[in-house]
Amino acid sequence: MATNRSNRWWIPLLGWLVACLLFFPIFWMFITSFKTEVAAVATPPQLFFRPTLENYVAVQTRASYFNFALNSVVISLGATLLSLLLAIPAAYAMSFFPTKRTKSTLVWMLSTKMLPAVGVLVPIYILARETGLLDTRIGLIIIYTLINLPIVVWMIYSFFKEVPKEILEADRMDGASTYQELVHVLLPLALPGIFSTALLSIILSWNEAFWSLNLTTFDAAPLTAFIASFSSPQGLFWAKLSAASSMAIAPILLFGWVSQRQLVRGLTFGAVK
Amino acid sequence: MTSSIATPTHSPPPARTRSHRSIPARLLVAPSVILLVLWMVVPLAMAIWFAFQRYNLLIPDEREFVGFANFTYILTDPTLWISIGITMVLVVSVLAITIGLGTVLAVLFNQEFFGRGVARVLAISPFFVMPTVSALIWKNMLMHPVNGLFAQITRGLGLGAIDWFADFPLLAIIIIVAWQWLPFALLILLTAIQSLDTDQMEAARMDGASAMQLFRFVVLPHLNRAIAVVAMIETIFFLTIFAEIFVTTGGGPGLATTNLAYYIYLKALLEFDVGGASAGGLIAVVLANVVAIFLMRSVARNLDT
Repeated sequence: MATNRSNRWWIPLLGWLVACLLFFPIFWMFITSFKTEVAAVATPPQLFFRPTLENYVAVQTRASYFNFALNSVVISLGATLLSLLLAIPAAYAMSFFPTKRTKSTLVWMLSTKMLPAVGVLVPIYILARETGLLDTRIGLIIIYTLINLPIVVWMIYSFFKEVPKEILEADRMDGASTYQELVHVLLPLALPGIFSTALLSIILSWNEAFWSLNLTTFDAAPLTAFIASFSSPQGLFWAKLSAASSMAIAPILLFGWVSQRQLVRGLTFGAVK
Repeated sequence: MTSSIATPTHSPPPARTRSHRSIPARLLVAPSVILLVLWMVVPLAMAIWFAFQRYNLLIPDEREFVGFANFTYILTDPTLWISIGITMVLVVSVLAITIGLGTVLAVLFNQEFFGRGVARVLAISPFFVMPTVSALIWKNMLMHPVNGLFAQITRGLGLGAIDWFADFPLLAIIIIVAWQWLPFALLILLTAIQSLDTDQMEAARMDGASAMQLFRFVVLPHLNRAIAVVAMIETIFFLTIFAEIFVTTGGGPGLATTNLAYYIYLKALLEFDVGGASAGGLIAVVLANVVAIFLMRSVARNLDT
């Protein structure tokens, strides 16, 4: 290996070139968010310019931006908490008291992910309308919880599986109840895993753009739907679009960077570790 | 009914030591299972029910049972077949790009080089950008025929500008979706490569295998399963690409970018044709299930490890 190292000078070059090319659209958007609207569409494109925060101010002072951002936060946190509440007990039972049906139950849960959203667009839309959940946060929270539940159960199940059985058995000898065992022994041990599961659920909910576009109009519209409103052809508000977009993706980009390795596990249902 | 409830409590004696735990264990799984059953069954049953009715939300009074009329109408609608064709083109081309390039990039990022961690983080970032944002960055700031960066560069070189969304709308969508999902393929395949046994690599190298041979006969076979998993997961998502089309082309020009998901959306929320859209939705479900069967099989095989 060492003998090869000398003639491999092009590897770092190529690696960085690829990384920069892939990241470039995000970088360009971020840069544009600090330009004036005039500079944003200038010919030739400007890389060096006097930065301004006016777009961020403009987007913030549009009173509705805060509302959209709040919707995104409430919906993704709500859906994540709800799915954790449902998934942790289920994963606990399945990993420590497996029955003959546990494996098929897990596979079946994952198979619900395969139902394409468009296939049930009409029924869900009508159900939401009839129950008054159209354009409400609760409506989206319920849907995102159900969409993410299989992945969340699966991930937590796989993290619980890694907890050494002996620890729980020792504790059980001491007469701990199921509840005590779960809350005082298991959860602290599996906390890092639960944390990255929560991050994945937040990322997926935050970026979901099929149901949010179809089931919300204004009141419960999260950032995905707000950004989509910039697609109208009238006016070129690229700098403001960039500022709004930068704020919308920044937290999720950070979460993604932090949890990239655990994401692989969740996204492939554990088929690739 | 009563007997079926009573049986679990009279479980046979050998299980008694565990029974006080196994019964609550079942109760712990129940909420998730019940909710998912409802989530699967209720909308699907409704879709099937609606698919056999004439039902338009604009004229709800004229609701009636029409048998297979919606299916014959949908299946003889040339737009449906065009949209299925476009869906296939989208799925296959983005799969080819992301898996082909993803494999190469995974090998590249498996090499040690200065700042690899940071470079990798930059490279996988597009996957975390919400679809509406990525679609609008590309549509406006990069592919806009007048002020977009691509047009400015090509015009600066004296080559003129491409009006991406007028002349190559489907290609533009393919590029955007590929940009979002290449990082996904890279991330998964890189993880898979890193689990490759380094001893095996060393042994092959000792035997005088060239870099190409190493890739062809050691790395690629090892990646087989990961590639299959990536392909199947991506297919599930690509079958229902929606936001990227919604904010850029709106299915046009003409029908050039109307995929199955967008076709159903148009039927459902613009024409309010509940019956027709439900029938179309069921076709999408059948399509996705064909893929899903393969995916679930390979995931299930790996569940114990």
